[in-house]
Amino acid sequence: MAIQQEIWLISGMFAVTFLIRFIMFAMAGNLRLPAPLQQALSYVPPAVLTAIIVPSVVLPHGTVELSFSNSYLVAGVVSFFVALISRNLLLTIGLGMAFFMVYHHLL
Amino acid sequence: MATTNTLELHMLRRREFNAGAVATLPLILGAIPFGILFGTLAPASGLSIAATMAMSIIVFAGSAQFIALGLIAAGASPSIIIFTTLVVNLRHLLYATALVERVKHLPLPVRAIMAFGLTDETFAAVSRRYQGDNIKQAHWFYLGSMSAMYGNWVLCTVIGIALGSAIPNITDWGLDFAMSVTFIGMVVPYLNSKAMISAVLVAAGMSLQFAHLPNKVGLLIAALAGISVGYLVAKYFPLANATATANKGV
Repeated sequence: MAIQQEIWLISGMFAVTFLIRFIMFAMAGNLRLPAPLQQALSYVPPAVLTAIIVPSVVLPHGTVELSFSNSYLVAGVVSFFVALISRNLLLTIGLGMAFFMVYHHLL
Repeated sequence: MATTNTLELHMLRRREFNAGAVATLPLILGAIPFGILFGTLAPASGLSIAATMAMSIIVFAGSAQFIALGLIAAGASPSIIIFTTLVVNLRHLLYATALVERVKHLPLPVRAIMAFGLTDETFAAVSRRYQGDNIKQAHWFYLGSMSAMYGNWVLCTVIGIALGSAIPNITDWGLDFAMSVTFIGMVVPYLNSKAMISAVLVAAGMSLQFAHLPNKVGLLIAALAGISVGYLVAKYFPLANATATANKGV
């Protein structure tokens, strides 16, 4: 990436990120989000995160790999169940990474 | 007498600040591989070392920074990356909405600094603090939490850049799975209502359906489809949303 592009990219990313984080604080409670928007927003984190995770484990190299030789997918499913059972983020990351490292390198 | 009070206030603020940093430690532990990975992958994705540092120092938004890397590697233009950042970070609007009643009395510059540090981790840490009664100095707790997160994020980016240049094929180690597993751990607690589960299933299906679209447009389509379906399910099947409403504001 050219340096001008990098400057534009980082300024833009900063501007949108800071604006989203600051607008409610800046208005100090004088801005109320319409109820439907607020309800819709509650689905943003899981929907966005899922749309990032699923392709990254199903297509780790750009094509669909539905097999036991796809360590990203196998470890992803294992991590999902660890999270479901333990409800503990740190344990999920630790066990999920450990499983992935072993499975990926044994393969 | 006045000096004693000033001293006491100073001590109280320091205690709050330290308590905020300590309360954020478990979350920081989860962010460490994340930050190191960002520093390692960024130069490999085509970002200069200066821009990698600048992004962590100025933008300070973990998942958006990762998605930006994916988009840069795919050759996307800055405008598309900025728009994607906007969508991915919209969740922070929700965090700010949840906190605004507790911080609106503070001076504007203090609120601006706090807004800069409104990450997923600090929100999670301070939400618990703000549930207590005595919140007069709780913004020092918040500042302690965000300082710890910020310092760790910048430091880990530096470590990642150093590791990436010292160990040339570190990107082949599969460290990129760290981001997937972190996000999996973050999504699962949301799956407590039919509306949420519908939103996530639709987002998952659509993300695969549109995975081959350029510039990760599929990510945006899938996210918007998931959000719409979750909203509509909750609206037309009110019982499906029962648990989600009870957990609001966590």
